Amino acid sequence: MYTPHTPRDIAQMLATVGVNSLDDLVRVPDAVALRERLDLVPALPEAGIVKRFEHFARKNVGASYISFLGGGSYRHYTPPAIASLAMRGEFLTSYTPYQAEVSQGYLQAIYEWQTYVCLLTGLDIANASVYDGATALAEATIMSIHANGRKRALVSRAVNPNYRAVLQTYCDGLDVELDEIPVTANGTTDLAALQALVAGGSYACVALQSPNFFGNIDVPDAAAQSAIAASGTVSIAVVAEAIALAVLATPASWGAQIAVGEGQSFGVATAYGGPYLGFMATTKEHMRRIPGRLVGKTVDAGGNEAYVLTLQAREQHIRRERATSNICTNQAHCALIATIYLALLGKTGLQDVASANLKRSRELAASVASLQGCALEFDAPFFNEVVVNVGRPAGEVLDRLKGRGILGGIDLGRFYPEYANFILMTATELTSAGDIKALHAALNEVLDVPARV
Amino acid sequence: MSRLASDHTYSPIIFEQGQEGRGSRYVESGGAPTGFLPPEALRADLPLPDNSELDVVRHFTRLSARTFGIDLGFYPLGSCTMKYNPRVNDAMAELPALRDLHPWTPDDLAQGALQIMWELERSLCSLFGMAAFSLNPSAGAHAELTALLIAKKYFKDRGERQRGTVIVPDTAHGTNPASAAMCGFKVLSLRSDARGRVSVDELKNVLGADTAVCMMTNPNTLGLFEDHIHEIARAVHEAGGLMYYDGANANALMGNARPGDMGFDLMHLNLHKTFTIPHGGGGAGHGPVGVAAHLVEYLPIPYVRARAKAGADPNAAPSDRMEFRLDFDLPHSVGPVRSFWSNFAHAVRALAYIYANGAEGLAKVSQLAVLNANYLRVRVRDFLETPYDEICRHEFVASAQDLKRETGVKALDLAKALLDRGFMAPTIYFPLIVAESLMIEPTETESKETLDEFVAALREIVSLAKSDPGKILAAPEHTVVGRLDETRAARQPDLRWYPHPATA
Ligand SMILES: Cc1ncc(COP(=O)(O)O)c(C=O)c1O
Repeated sequence: MYTPHTPRDIAQMLATVGVNSLDDLVRVPDAVALRERLDLVPALPEAGIVKRFEHFARKNVGASYISFLGGGSYRHYTPPAIASLAMRGEFLTSYTPYQAEVSQGYLQAIYEWQTYVCLLTGLDIANASVYDGATALAEATIMSIHANGRKRALVSRAVNPNYRAVLQTYCDGLDVELDEIPVTANGTTDLAALQALVAGGSYACVALQSPNFFGNIDVPDAAAQSAIAASGTVSIAVVAEAIALAVLATPASWGAQIAVGEGQSFGVATAYGGPYLGFMATTKEHMRRIPGRLVGKTVDAGGNEAYVLTLQAREQHIRRERATSNICTNQAHCALIATIYLALLGKTGLQDVASANLKRSRELAASVASLQGCALEFDAPFFNEVVVNVGRPAGEVLDRLKGRGILGGIDLGRFYPEYANFILMTATELTSAGDIKALHAALNEVLDVPARV
Repeated sequence: MSRLASDHTYSPIIFEQGQEGRGSRYVESGGAPTGFLPPEALRADLPLPDNSELDVVRHFTRLSARTFGIDLGFYPLGSCTMKYNPRVNDAMAELPALRDLHPWTPDDLAQGALQIMWELERSLCSLFGMAAFSLNPSAGAHAELTALLIAKKYFKDRGERQRGTVIVPDTAHGTNPASAAMCGFKVLSLRSDARGRVSVDELKNVLGADTAVCMMTNPNTLGLFEDHIHEIARAVHEAGGLMYYDGANANALMGNARPGDMGFDLMHLNLHKTFTIPHGGGGAGHGPVGVAAHLVEYLPIPYVRARAKAGADPNAAPSDRMEFRLDFDLPHSVGPVRSFWSNFAHAVRALAYIYANGAEGLAKVSQLAVLNANYLRVRVRDFLETPYDEICRHEFVASAQDLKRETGVKALDLAKALLDRGFMAPTIYFPLIVAESLMIEPTETESKETLDEFVAALREIVSLAKSDPGKILAAPEHTVVGRLDETRAARQPDLRWYPHPATA
């Protein structure tokens, strides 16, 4: 499909090339020839493809459930203007903008994205994107290792468990040791432990996430900030819910030298996990260590302002095994979507979304906390997620909510054995008062049943 | 008049447009954040512009008009397989129950998504002769890293930690050595022989007890089939190493030959090349990593598993008689490599493309890709050097070295002159072993007429280079900006807009 060749074209072209058949062109030595018949899904006409995928879609029953899922992927309102702009073929079907003269539009959009990331994080430099929040954290760790030459990394246990697991995978590759900072009873990073750990000066970096995996604001206090700085440890801020950047103190304001995270919340669909958008920002000091594409502003031969990929000496196609990273293809189109989202919403719109999240999540928290047998586990300030102690195995409660058409949240026992009775619940601006009421009623029923022991 | 002033596609940077309070209302405000959070948790200011929706729509529409994609014209960017991106694929990815499915949705409520991933995985296994694929990695380089982590763990478990060297031919893509370094491997670059292939003798000289992995692309980045692949694989295996297949060039052999049959133990695919996923100006991609049977247990987590479903309709399609789950419990796994399970929306696109073709259709796709490349090769060699002049696969490499000597016109200049004539330029200065290289990959979705137009344009450029080289050295003249001052971009990095003119 999608090949325009007529039999006549093929015959003429074969004659020009001087071979007899298409098979002659693709023949390989017998020793490595195709060993078996291929077993693929059957070919379908386009109408059949649509039917097949509609069939798949119907089997995703959970897509229409009332949902309180978050934990690194967030449902937010996306203005239709985003898709109508981002899906323009000029953007969608272009490659990495190597030929700047015919890529000025995309290059400018990336430069704008880099600027948005800087303005949101308070830092100086941002790249064009990396794969997602987890790999952004891994890349930031590698930057830190290159900066101070230390071969150990430190991460708070309140950082998204998926991110920590990915970081562990990358650290295994680099033979870097990864240690974790414990979490206090209030659901934030144990800052006393942090101070003690960094004091030895053996860690390349320390990573904290705010809002953290439990939804709590989690940044180092003044004492922890000075301990980090005094020990020469690179301070990394992780942001999994980018909408929070609209209202929370910037990572730069609490001393982060690198801010990384997930940009999915800026207009990118949840799409069962991807593609998403890893963002990275840092200080001027680390400019030459940042991985990935960077767009810079310059002039053309006639003195006109123009944009171009720059500082490429950091990258794999120039530096090969000495590159700052192996990344080549990134998440440019997701960054374009995010840029359009931020341009559409602007300061006012983004603040509206953030405050709606604050409000809805407090309504959710109040509703759940009013139930007998349910309690909010932490009382730290939070953004749009809360941890609810349901007093019995969370998995069991979630299963029964599921039976009532509700995805109640994430079973924290999956990642923290000591939190087996806790559910992470999320509310965004898309969570309605009706959703919260339905959850309240369903939880009431579910918790009324005595727990199985 | 400057180009910008005369250009109706120009739009000033978004930060210099708009006025506070001009924005549209998209969601209801929740009120002042101070009502919800202590003041010390809040940021002082949010310095973003407020724009009207019309201004934003115009801004990005104008930017799109300053961007060249496949939808505008021929895109012969070697190694990137810039083929037509079918619209039905996007439409399928946009089905609400696929687009809006949350990654933490319990498996039993996400069966359609898991079925898509499973069908894609099984199809890739058969097409490329691998025991299993992980759909986790986001792009080719990410998959290389994943595969090398697998190799590292495999050797560690076998007590062969001394295997610390990764061998790459000098035609290899930059990501290959860069990925090896990220897994702590030493990189050994192997010189290609006079035929542009890996020399079996030279390879045998460097194989040893330290050999971990030999990474190869086949056909290689010169577009040439490594015809000694069988011996190469045997030699690497005899030395105790693993063979890695960089699948960036899979469009050359899909459905006709399989890396698995060539002896590769590990491989990746760039679904954003071979399987029509739009590249979107740099990404997102999708880079499944495939493994032979002895490496399955090392795959990253999670992995999609299927089993027969009780009470299924016996007349249903095979995968409709199964149920699926995400398996996180692989004791020897290298671990997860990304936040969530895969670039799922792209898995949808790739599977839709496989459905559109079936096994026979995909085999035909690569045959026609090879036909188009050879047709261009024999037509281009009339007026440009083609240093490895034999039947190529999906792409070929030409060189402007003679032309440069004769006229001063370089590969870069030819590239810029093509832009003026409405074509995207080929990949230039890669692979590194050909001086003044132009790596040309037409793909199968281009018609003979388009190829003929391209040949005519390139022929005209080369002839103009000989008669009036200044004309080509001045290109491009018809694009929205002329050649850029890249030195200035690197020496005085300006990587973002500032609210106030920088004082430095
Ligand atoms: C031969 C080859 N290998 C590897 C890669 C890297 O793939 P990706 O850009 O998807 O990371 C590319 C892509 O340009 C390539 O052409």
